[in-house]
Amino acid sequence: MAASGVPRYLNGTLSASSPFQDRPPLITVTPLGLYCAPGDFHIDPWRPVDRALITHAHGDHARGGSRRYLGARAGEGLLHRRLGADATIDTLEYGERLRINDVTVSFHPAGHVLGSAQIRIEHRGEVWVVSGDYKRAPDPTCAPLEVVRCNTFISEATFGLPIYRWDDTRLVAEDILRWWDANRAVGRAAVLFCYALGKAQRILAELARLTDRPAYVHGALNSLVAVYHEAGVRMLPTQLVSETEKGMSFAGALVLAPPGAGGSTWMRRFGEHETGFASGWMRVRGNRRRRGFDRGFVLSDHADWPDLLRTVADTRAERVLVTHGYSDPLARYLREKGVDAAPLATPFEGEAED
Amino acid sequence: MRRLADLYEALDQTTSTNAKVDALVRYFKEAPPEDAAWALYFLTGQKLKRLLTTKLLVGWTQELTGIPDWLFAEVYASVGDLAEVIALLLDGLERPARPEELPLSVWLEQRLLPLRDLDAAEQRERVVSWWKAMPRRELFLLNKMLTGELRVGVSATLVIRAVAQVAGLPPPGVAHRLMGTWTPSPGFFKQLVSPDVSDGDRSRPYPFYLASPLEQAPESLGKLEDWLVEWKWDGIRGQLIRRQGGVYLWSRGEELITERFPEITEAASALPEGTVLDGEVLAYEDGRPLPFARLQRRIGRQKLTPKVLAEAPAAFIAFDLLELGGKDVRELPLRERRAKLEALLKDRPRFPISPSVKAGAWEELARVRGEARERNVEGFMLKRLESAYLTGRKRGDWWKWKMDPFTVDAVLLYAHPGHGRRSSLYTDYTFAVWNGQELQPVTKAYSGLTDEEIARLDRWIRAHTREKYGPVRSVEPEQVFELHFEGIQASPRHKSGVALRFPRIARWRTDKKPQDADTLDSLKELLHAHR
Repeated sequence: MAASGVPRYLNGTLSASSPFQDRPPLITVTPLGLYCAPGDFHIDPWRPVDRALITHAHGDHARGGSRRYLGARAGEGLLHRRLGADATIDTLEYGERLRINDVTVSFHPAGHVLGSAQIRIEHRGEVWVVSGDYKRAPDPTCAPLEVVRCNTFISEATFGLPIYRWDDTRLVAEDILRWWDANRAVGRAAVLFCYALGKAQRILAELARLTDRPAYVHGALNSLVAVYHEAGVRMLPTQLVSETEKGMSFAGALVLAPPGAGGSTWMRRFGEHETGFASGWMRVRGNRRRRGFDRGFVLSDHADWPDLLRTVADTRAERVLVTHGYSDPLARYLREKGVDAAPLATPFEGEAED
Repeated sequence: MRRLADLYEALDQTTSTNAKVDALVRYFKEAPPEDAAWALYFLTGQKLKRLLTTKLLVGWTQELTGIPDWLFAEVYASVGDLAEVIALLLDGLERPARPEELPLSVWLEQRLLPLRDLDAAEQRERVVSWWKAMPRRELFLLNKMLTGELRVGVSATLVIRAVAQVAGLPPPGVAHRLMGTWTPSPGFFKQLVSPDVSDGDRSRPYPFYLASPLEQAPESLGKLEDWLVEWKWDGIRGQLIRRQGGVYLWSRGEELITERFPEITEAASALPEGTVLDGEVLAYEDGRPLPFARLQRRIGRQKLTPKVLAEAPAAFIAFDLLELGGKDVRELPLRERRAKLEALLKDRPRFPISPSVKAGAWEELARVRGEARERNVEGFMLKRLESAYLTGRKRGDWWKWKMDPFTVDAVLLYAHPGHGRRSSLYTDYTFAVWNGQELQPVTKAYSGLTDEEIARLDRWIRAHTREKYGPVRSVEPEQVFELHFEGIQASPRHKSGVALRFPRIARWRTDKKPQDADTLDSLKELLHAHR
């Protein structure tokens, strides 16, 4: 169902009605990206613009080419890594307010990855929050999500189906360690695939609570691990795979690599090994079997179904717009629960399946 | 149940064959026989008859979780496995800190099987109370059993290897004990791993040794004199058992077909005690086989009237000896088994031996193979004279060297949707050949295209549909396919007057136009050529 075709109120069952329902929407989807007219800026634009506000440094949210950027200070290092050293990037501390044209903006922790933020925009008493990507599960590598009350909440829905429900992260980390130990006991390498930005560092940080054995990392992860180190995140000691001596045995080692390295010649050096993949998608058995991983660890930097519902309720938003992932089912479910909700079409990907 | 969940998880979490066997060995060593018997039942691919409808399970899940129909459908579409969907959705329920643990056999015998006799309300009460008390991975297995879908991703060979390792027996012995029908009882499992070799259900067949298709040049097999060459009979592979006063005839599908062939059974009662023969059941008259169609007609008949028996008299052509004087002789080389077989059947004209085809060289043999069609056989069997009688399809010693199939170029006329995983695609096709100026449908064919070709053809079909008849579409007569088939027979039931055997798609002939397709007359010529 297209956003425009969705009834604004469903059977009059809405718990609250917006005092701003007659105003034009503060944020609209344009060919360049999400656009805020009274502030004259874009949020996470997918094409180059004059002024871009960025929620976090993942590639589908932070794209190069814009004239100037504004982001959360905690994410400055990652944004420069993503956008280039000479990109013009201004930053605000979490909670710090800045007037831009007719609106006031501020960044608030989203709990997704280091420096990730929800963007709050206030215009003549009306408040919109763009969540970017977020999660509620504890994560030692970034500040936890701060609930921001608003009139309209633009939420992600990467895992917007009721089958997605995460176990306690610490249990997952213990599971990863057990798997590493089991492979170690028989002299095999354990190669764990995970996203280079965020997930890898979170795993290294979670494991640092349980062991102090070093792990090996793929080059794509390495520079990002350095940024996290600079931000003071405590992680396992790491060594770059490409800097090991030629012919070194990886028997018993834990190796972290991006999913794209799977099946490549790069893998040959590990000899006998098992593979694992850490992702929310591993919740469904078929996803793991199809990709041929030995083990799947259900670990995501996105909110699961209960936390999506909880967060929507916590914001007390009168209207919810849902982007990427399972936006249609989440929006429909919210509407049936009496929330004014609609899907919002964007090219954001959330957690890609590979 | 927990032990089975551990096993399932271990098998599921590795792609290594050895690791799978290790996990199975661990399980069979630890599990009590009454549980092991049930695990074996599922591991060898057997299923419980349906205990209750999936509709009920879905309804109870929705009641417990408050998930509306449309959302359940959405979730099911993204997961594709009902047992898993239910386990994932119910994961949000509160669970007891220390779930109760019951043995697998108790679960099955005292809980699951009795469900069948309860009404829906009682079924609901029980299943829901189990759901609320089980850890997720056990709940998943329970659902798999309830829906009759519990399959574990290991082959029978691996299971047999593991059981054999636990029992300290050779794998063929274990495979033999698993043949035929058995019920999952502790007695059965104890017998299975028992070192006592004098066991035996007297009717139990040996696992069949299967030949592999010969894809290389026959010369690559080495010297012709090392091989036994026989015709490849076009009938029903069978094992004839004469033990302890009884006669049993098994088909390769492990079906007991003794009653279907009274003339064979009767003749077999004169065989000495403790004899097991491997061979082929054929329609057979005046010392030569009749076309398979004759045998097929007989199989289709409910009642074996004297007329039916006279129309298609059956015989058992023996080609191997598996047991002699009550002794398993499968380990002997074929050369010796064959000699013993010939001695055994020498004065028994009702048991013809599959003759050995003599030729001076492979080249000559290839020419003789050209006679296959007129002899109503499918080609040659090549068996290494030094080979033991193995289990299953083991490459190297037994080859089937079939004659080349017939081919016909035909035009796609109708398309039908497939089943299961392919239900959203047009995968079943009807093909036609020219009958004068008209295209006459002659056969349906399914397999033979790659997934990529099926998808491409599916798009073409949707874009070139002429008419829809329910699920069936007629399409523009433009696409030509090369079909292969093994035989042809006259058929009054088909409008074309002919029926093809084993038709399949060999190639999508994008280089051909519909007018290049074959004619019905050319097909009918084949009919006359081989009779």
